[in-house]
Amino acid sequence: MVAQVETRIPVVIVENATVSYKVYASGKAVTDSSTARIKSAGNLRTVEAVKGVSLVAYQGEVIGVIGTNGSGKTSLMKAISGLTPLDKGKVFASSRPTFLGVGAAMIKELSGEKNIVLGGLAMGYSKSEINEKLDEIVEFSGLGEFVELPMRTYSAGMTERLKFSIAASRSHDILIIDEALAVGDSKFRKKSAERMKELAKSAGCVFLVSHSLKTILDTCSRAIWLDNGILRADGDALEVCKAYAEEVGAELDD
Amino acid sequence: MSSLLEEIWNTVSKLGDLAKEHGLERVGKRPPLKSYLSEVWKRRAFAWTLSTYRLLASTARSRLGIAWLVLVPALQITVYGLIFGLVLGDSRPDNFLPFLIVGVVVFQFLAGSFSDGARSITSNSSLAKSLSFPRVLLPLSAMVSQWLKFAGLLSLASFSLLFFGEYPRWSWLLIFAVIGLASLFAGGVAMISARLTVHFNDLSQLIPFITRVAFYASGVFFSVDRLTASIPWLGFLEWANPVSVYLSLARDVMISGHAVDAWMWGVGAAWGVVTLLVGFFFFWSAEERYGRAG
Repeated sequence: MVAQVETRIPVVIVENATVSYKVYASGKAVTDSSTARIKSAGNLRTVEAVKGVSLVAYQGEVIGVIGTNGSGKTSLMKAISGLTPLDKGKVFASSRPTFLGVGAAMIKELSGEKNIVLGGLAMGYSKSEINEKLDEIVEFSGLGEFVELPMRTYSAGMTERLKFSIAASRSHDILIIDEALAVGDSKFRKKSAERMKELAKSAGCVFLVSHSLKTILDTCSRAIWLDNGILRADGDALEVCKAYAEEVGAELDD
Repeated sequence: MSSLLEEIWNTVSKLGDLAKEHGLERVGKRPPLKSYLSEVWKRRAFAWTLSTYRLLASTARSRLGIAWLVLVPALQITVYGLIFGLVLGDSRPDNFLPFLIVGVVVFQFLAGSFSDGARSITSNSSLAKSLSFPRVLLPLSAMVSQWLKFAGLLSLASFSLLFFGEYPRWSWLLIFAVIGLASLFAGGVAMISARLTVHFNDLSQLIPFITRVAFYASGVFFSVDRLTASIPWLGFLEWANPVSVYLSLARDVMISGHAVDAWMWGVGAAWGVVTLLVGFFFFWSAEERYGRAG
């Protein structure tokens, strides 16, 4: 797996990553300890979302990340971007990876426009830069006049479109995209797929989390398959997708 | 089995070497102090914008909007004035209403920094989970919100002082120096309470209680001077409670008959600097943890 080919430059290295969450839950523990991803101590449950994953991503790669719901995909991606601390293991990267995903910076009571400014400033734009970019972002999001309304009035799709537009407004060396393609209507999906390809071209490396095997096959050269927090397979996108499709009974053009 | 473990171990240690060889940095590592501070400075506009927007958002759904930020403390002062004015009777401090107004306004500033600071990480967790920026900006922006509220309250307080016969003096301008020192303290408190709430979310339940205790213990409506004059061994209270230090300094510059010794300025500065430094390092040393909060 750690084949040393001279021309390949590693940009992200994940070493034995383990992520767990502590959650307070009431009621009787339902898991039996033999298969436990959830460990109970009183009301405190420790959920092991990612268990000892190692991988190396090289420059120019677009890596698809697949797995069922709750298999640890998002946890691993957040760990790679440094947003969630690791319990064990380490993540190395040539620069700080950017996470584009569901649940980005937003204050629901404020208008879309104000959220764009806030998100931009948090991403490191200066005030004049974000004011310059504002129109461009609004236009890309396709929200039109809705951008003046508070975000609590937005539909889920509109919210995601706005978040994607903010994050995609600047280029990133290492980019992690979580389900971003799954949101929005087909017109926005097409536009965002194009934008993502552009970003991937200028980026060193892209991770793409998606439930659509077709998207993965279209855009990725390599895929990793997470199953119950464990790295089940890592390799050529077509082979990994085939194995995954067989196990969960999906079709490759889904 | 042992050969498999060996193989895994070899792979794992090779990965670390590979990272070193290509000069990859560990992700999420807390940056060194100097670059951390310069990141904070670079994104100061973010802290400022976040605090103004949060203030707007907090009252966006009420008809009177941001007027509430001044109306609520004004109502509080009225009620405290009536209740304590009656209860305290003759033991009221001199010049009671101006005394109370300045006390409540400055106390609000400190208590607000404490409670908003405590919430700053947990209530902005979606922000912290999706974007990487120096987390200390969150408690700092909670304190900046308090500046904005204070600006509103100060104008209200100045008008009511005029009404109660206090005439504007040059020393009124020194209130900004007092708030500057109090801000050092408030910023430190905000950072400490922000980290503590991340470790023990239960603290958020205690905050109103702690604030109440501080309210009664810091001479908002009674004079600490008079207390220490009658019970001399309590003299240390004059400088040992930073909240009452800032209250005394504010009254010294704003109203007549409540002058304090010049050394109290030194006490205020010392409390401010020490709390800010302790708070910053306390907060900063857990920087890597905050992404998981909330």
